[in-house]
Amino acid sequence: MTAPSIEYAALLPMIIVLGAGVVGVLVEAFVPRRPRHAVQVGIALLALVAALVQVVRLRDTEIIGAVGSVAIDGPALFLQGTLLVMAIISVMFFAERRIESGGNAFAPAASSLPGSEDERVLVRDRVLQTEIYPLTMFSVGGMMLFPAANDLLVMFIALEVLSLPLYLLCGMARRRRLLSQEAAMKYFLLGAFASGFFLFGAAFVYGYAGSLEFAAIDAALAARVGQEGLLLAGVGLMAVGLLFKIGAVPFHAWTPDVYQGAPSQVTAFMAACTKIAAFGAMLRLFYVAFGGIRTDWQPMLWAVAIITMVVGIVVALTQTDVKRMLAYSSIAHAGFILTALVAVDEVAIAAILFYLAAYGLTTLGAFAVVTLVRDAGGEATHLSKWAGLGKRSPLLAATFGLFLLALAGIPLTSGFVGKLTVFAAAFQGGAMPLVIVGVVTSAVAAFFYVRVIVLMFFSDPAPEGPTVAVPSAWTVVGIGAAVVATIVLGILPGPLLELAEQAAVFVR
Amino acid sequence: MNSINSLSQGFAVQADVVRADTVQVVQEASGLFSWTWLLIALPLVGAAVLLLGGRRLDRTGHLIGSAAAIGSFVVAVALFIALLGESGGERSYLVPLWEWFNAGGYEVRVDLLLDQLSMAFVLLITGVGSLIHIYSIGYMEHDERRRRFFGYLNLFVASMLLLVLAADYLILFIGWEGVGLASYLLIGFWQHKPSAAVAAKKAFVVNRVGDMGMVLAIASMLVVFGSSSFEVVFAGAGSGVTTGWLNAIGLLLLLAACGKSAQFPLQSWLLDAMEGPTPVSALIHAATMVTAGVYLVVRSAAIYDLAPEARTAVVVIGAITLLMGAIIGCAKDDIKKALAGSTMSQIGYMMLAAGLGPAGYAFAIFHLITHGFFKANLFLGAGSVMHGMNDEVDMRRFGALRAAMPVTFATFALGYLAIIGLPPFAGFFSKDKIIEAAFAENILIGICALLGAGITAFYMTRVMLLTFFTSKRWADDAHPHESPRVMTWPLIGLGALSVAGGAGLLYIGGGIVDWLEPVTGEEHHDLPLPLALLIALTLTTVVAGVALAWFMYQRRPVPAVAPAGNPLVTAARRDLYGDAVNEAVLMRPGQYLTRSLVYVESRGVDGAVLGAANAVGGLSSRWRRWQTGFVRSYALTMLAGAGLVVIAMLLVRLP
Repeated sequence: MTAPSIEYAALLPMIIVLGAGVVGVLVEAFVPRRPRHAVQVGIALLALVAALVQVVRLRDTEIIGAVGSVAIDGPALFLQGTLLVMAIISVMFFAERRIESGGNAFAPAASSLPGSEDERVLVRDRVLQTEIYPLTMFSVGGMMLFPAANDLLVMFIALEVLSLPLYLLCGMARRRRLLSQEAAMKYFLLGAFASGFFLFGAAFVYGYAGSLEFAAIDAALAARVGQEGLLLAGVGLMAVGLLFKIGAVPFHAWTPDVYQGAPSQVTAFMAACTKIAAFGAMLRLFYVAFGGIRTDWQPMLWAVAIITMVVGIVVALTQTDVKRMLAYSSIAHAGFILTALVAVDEVAIAAILFYLAAYGLTTLGAFAVVTLVRDAGGEATHLSKWAGLGKRSPLLAATFGLFLLALAGIPLTSGFVGKLTVFAAAFQGGAMPLVIVGVVTSAVAAFFYVRVIVLMFFSDPAPEGPTVAVPSAWTVVGIGAAVVATIVLGILPGPLLELAEQAAVFVR
Repeated sequence: MNSINSLSQGFAVQADVVRADTVQVVQEASGLFSWTWLLIALPLVGAAVLLLGGRRLDRTGHLIGSAAAIGSFVVAVALFIALLGESGGERSYLVPLWEWFNAGGYEVRVDLLLDQLSMAFVLLITGVGSLIHIYSIGYMEHDERRRRFFGYLNLFVASMLLLVLAADYLILFIGWEGVGLASYLLIGFWQHKPSAAVAAKKAFVVNRVGDMGMVLAIASMLVVFGSSSFEVVFAGAGSGVTTGWLNAIGLLLLLAACGKSAQFPLQSWLLDAMEGPTPVSALIHAATMVTAGVYLVVRSAAIYDLAPEARTAVVVIGAITLLMGAIIGCAKDDIKKALAGSTMSQIGYMMLAAGLGPAGYAFAIFHLITHGFFKANLFLGAGSVMHGMNDEVDMRRFGALRAAMPVTFATFALGYLAIIGLPPFAGFFSKDKIIEAAFAENILIGICALLGAGITAFYMTRVMLLTFFTSKRWADDAHPHESPRVMTWPLIGLGALSVAGGAGLLYIGGGIVDWLEPVTGEEHHDLPLPLALLIALTLTTVVAGVALAWFMYQRRPVPAVAPAGNPLVTAARRDLYGDAVNEAVLMRPGQYLTRSLVYVESRGVDGAVLGAANAVGGLSSRWRRWQTGFVRSYALTMLAGAGLVVIAMLLVRLP
């Protein structure tokens, strides 16, 4: 028996990021406390940038490597590149220390009891939480593997690698830690539950096809080997696992709680990156492995897309907390993307790739703005506190307004182009009813986005309103990048659209 | 080179239209022409820098803003010279920039079209715009928000340039809305004056009505032609589209033009726009923004050529507005409002000319440009007077200012002679051409135009007399003085243009008519009466108007309070009941409609909506019960969902 051949060059981006995670763990053990934060940030950013460079160098690669278990092709590389850009911006947000006067957004020691004497000592000594960086690296590594996985088992492993660090990250907020820990706990339990569905489904599919590899599954579908019930149940259960990750209804219940409880920087990272990775995995699984029985799963995803859009928007209407509102908005956006996913063609892949990049950057920026509006208790996320913010801090309010307009899909922002391409793809794929629901819910959605803008600019400021923290260059540059991307992708989307179109072919 | 169709070939040939021998070919821009985007970029960057730059730019903001506008003007002049170097049929350049989006078979490209028509507008916008910037340095000197004002001015210029350079109706619409936004900000600039805030809102709302026309027109184009680019639309207009569609598009575009250009029935905002703001922003509306509608009609020539009903509507609207504006101008005591009425009336002339088709397009643009000169001159002159009179606008409080403000008086007088159309001043050439063309088309239209000329002479003489002649009626604390040089030099420049602009444009180097001919086409009708007689008739009417004003205002003392007049005067003072009509026709029914809708809603729809809302609320609270609580309920939902998903998958397979 010969040793399996591994295409290291093609896997290098993931190896770099996961390797940086391992190095980060060693740094925790051996580097003294004082320079540790700087070292960790440096390693994380360096690894992410290096991985991004390698992704760019790989741009025309099309191979199925690692003995058939990992596919490096256009969609995988596009999504890995997008993920790395988002991760770089997220790490910049994590590195922000000015708004918590020297600390970062995380509890000095996640294990200390909130409000205990231990914790007070740690805060006084300015102890910084630095384990978040290796955790983030592991999570990013898993996310990069997720859309590249070409094998049921690797996909499951990637799912776990990306999820487990996220559960931890969610529970480490410096302020309101009980809420944060509750969110982490919920996310963990439900995530484990969803993973169970996914694994169960994978087992069914394996039982049907006799192979874990997507190509073999596709071949088995074509051969019609019988026992279709096993296959259909397997596809459905795997769909549940993935729909949970993208926050589609009825598997969305965790989203608002976790988005609200987690530190906003982590929420930003999670909202942008998890969605990208999970949609990437879903695209590959349903197009490459299950493309042969699309008529079986399309009706189910139609239904999920419709209720996701409707529920996301309707419930968002009554939200009074900024983070929860953005959470429901993210649910609705998952529904918009699903409308294209059911179309099953290359136009749809390109549309989704573009949408994910555009939406991710806008969302990152929006959550980062949330970290800056603060009162004595930390972030002031209740919408009533945001009244009149435009008068107190016009630049910040205008920035947030821009992100909201992009989320609402107003022309000249990236959100408009994204929605247009996604709906056009769905329309071409014959999903007219989905497009109609999408457009109607978008119109309704504009109401609650614009309501916040009206609140910020046309209401009188609350007397004991929040203050706007002045962040360091980390956050400013991160938000600035999001603003530029939101505008440029709205006015000049051509290059990225073209890139997405070129990338929109799965290697089979 | 791209296979770009000829734009002007697109509009099909009507029997009586004589086209240029040289076919206008649109070429892809290269060399200097590929820098056309710089025209828009300069003021746009200026606006961004000024509006985002914050306080540290307060000291230099006005210089940055002016430099951006002047830079744009320099680029415009360079492009103009380069265009002059080309032969007549090759002066049209398409400047491709980028593809905005391409979805569902609908492609929108951000391209610019630089041809003779847009060049004329670019020169006017950047030229007059630059003078306004310079003048504002002095006028806004004491305003602490001067930087912001210059930012808005730059935004206005950039939007206006995008409007006239776009090669796609959708891109044009972006510039169109940008102009609307900038004008809203400029009219309401002195927000502390309630009248300014209200006027800004009114301009915004009235313009929205026009914009609906624009949106529907673009939507119709998409339905009929599958594209909104000039190239496709103009080519498609000539090939097999029903006249009904063309008329519909033409009328919708006319509605849009009425909004922007303050034409009947959407004229009411312009007069109010004079109420609040500075004369400077009054001017930027009067000399530039209102010309957008005329541009739209002339640019859409290919559509109007084949849509006779829509064209007739343009002529009728133009004729009505030119008389309305003139009558209103006679009754106003506020100097800016008198000039605003006059603007409406002059734009009416242009619309009328544009509605005459190829016979009138070139004259519409000719008059538009000369009007830009002398109206800018008059508005800036009015501003100079106000500057010296503590922002007084009531002409009954002026009088005998010629000695106190000699430069302002002299330049204002030149503008006055130009607008009433005495030879050899600018207005004579352009207005006379329109009156000629109107007579050639239809005697009734011709009489309207002639009558308008007489009334123009009357109200402008009135303004002139009340301001600079007659006796002093100043307020007690008024100490009129000449304005600083930074304000008078633009006046002198515009004064010179008011004198020489008309003859210059008409005769030098073949003149503006030949220049525009490849775009607009040419057509001649025979006059029903000899040309010399017509000119004599026009001049007689003008002189009669002047004489009447002389007898009414110079020979009699001017009361400080406006005396009660006959019903016509009262009507004119109230803008010919434009607001009352709006109120009766639009606002009241609108309010009734809203009220009845509210009633219906609260009783009927609300039943349903509230029911739905309650249902939603019920759902929402149920979800919230899950939300606030327990992982076990979340898990239960997921389990149920998973069950449904699997059942759905299996059900689909059932036969």
